[in-house]
Amino acid sequence: MNTFVDSFRFMADNPHLLLVKTGEHLELSGAALGIGLLLALPVGLWLGHLHRGLFLAASVSNVGRALPSLVLIAFGLTILGVGFWNNTAALVVLAIPPILTNAYFAIDSCDRDVVEAARGMGMTGRQVLLQVELPLGLPFVLAGIRIAAIFVIATATIAAVAGGGGLGQIIVNQASYGLGGVVAASLWVSALAFLAAMILSLVRRAASPSPTPVP
Amino acid sequence: MIVAAGPVIPNFGSGSSCEVNNGWFCTEWVRQHWSDTLQPALFQHIELAGIAIAVGFVIAFALALAGFRYRLVDPPIGIVSDFLYTIPSLALFQILVPFTGITLLTVEIALVSYTLLILYRNMIEGLRAVPEEIVDAARGSGFTRAQTFTRVELPLALPAILTGLRVATVSTISIATIAPFVIAKGLGQPIYAALSQDIFKTEIFTAGGMVIALALVADGLLVLLQRGLTPWVRA
Repeated sequence: MNTFVDSFRFMADNPHLLLVKTGEHLELSGAALGIGLLLALPVGLWLGHLHRGLFLAASVSNVGRALPSLVLIAFGLTILGVGFWNNTAALVVLAIPPILTNAYFAIDSCDRDVVEAARGMGMTGRQVLLQVELPLGLPFVLAGIRIAAIFVIATATIAAVAGGGGLGQIIVNQASYGLGGVVAASLWVSALAFLAAMILSLVRRAASPSPTPVP
Repeated sequence: MIVAAGPVIPNFGSGSSCEVNNGWFCTEWVRQHWSDTLQPALFQHIELAGIAIAVGFVIAFALALAGFRYRLVDPPIGIVSDFLYTIPSLALFQILVPFTGITLLTVEIALVSYTLLILYRNMIEGLRAVPEEIVDAARGSGFTRAQTFTRVELPLALPAILTGLRVATVSTISIATIAPFVIAKGLGQPIYAALSQDIFKTEIFTAGGMVIALALVADGLLVLLQRGLTPWVRA
């Protein structure tokens, strides 16, 4: 239990260090999640809209789960060298599968009758996707983004072994920060991941259609 | 920054020219170190993941039984397992160390925690998806509650349960790679050692490839099991 007392003392003594590391952590995670969204979301949505690429969507998520974060970071380090980009690349690879797969299935599983009706009203393919299918599938799309965010924040911690900044740097450096510091940073990064997951849960709830009373 | 090199130190200097120059892939090194490094790490990895999956499955099953029978306990179990799932693995290890020390137990507790959400969700949703008419029919034809569960509800939920087992197995094999941050075991160990030895490429690619291959093979075996146990489901 003493370790936890030490860890809270560490937090009280080093608020600046923890804030700087949190900033780095968010920068790395945010960049990876942003790039992952830009790459995976349009592809997933569009394939779902066309009802094509089931095999791709399913295998991307299967293979994605099998890729260990430490392996991705080690590969990134070997191929791209030390720096911001090797870690970002590894994190992007982890963020893509849940975003792409969920986006695909969210759109693919939309009620066909509703889509037909929208088409019958003269909507173009793009309008159907953006005004009908996307709002209907949004909760599931957001669930994928939430999983991606959890993965990315967790793996950004491990990125410290490959010269990435962030809270992981304190966690893997017990020699400098002591067990109290290590535990403090661990609690801090857990809170960060929990907060991100919670915010995305709330967004998801807000995006879910509430049952409308029938007049 | 990078500490704790394992027993595996790539032999820069006295090996082949490929090893000396840290070439992209030195088959010779793999051949030389298969039996003293790679194979033991592979077996340890299977052990680490196997224990976690077995224990996680038993706990999740007990929780699913409770959550299925008593709807009141379902939300708290869901929230706790979801909360455990959000904790970054490296952080969970370090938070556990003050309690359980630098031990296998620490690693297993963390690995088990990550299996719970996936296994529990799939079990409970599989059980709930069983049509009520079928359960009523079983009860009507004289099945006891226990018989209805073991002979009707459980078999019908099996496809969902096995899908959960596949996902949990692949993720656990993947997460077990970071066990060396606590104890020097599993395929993460050679990777970790190679990172601290001037990034020895051959070792990283071999051990990394082995983890991915192990996950895919385990997944393939479970697909076969799924086909054998639930032949009525067309994959």
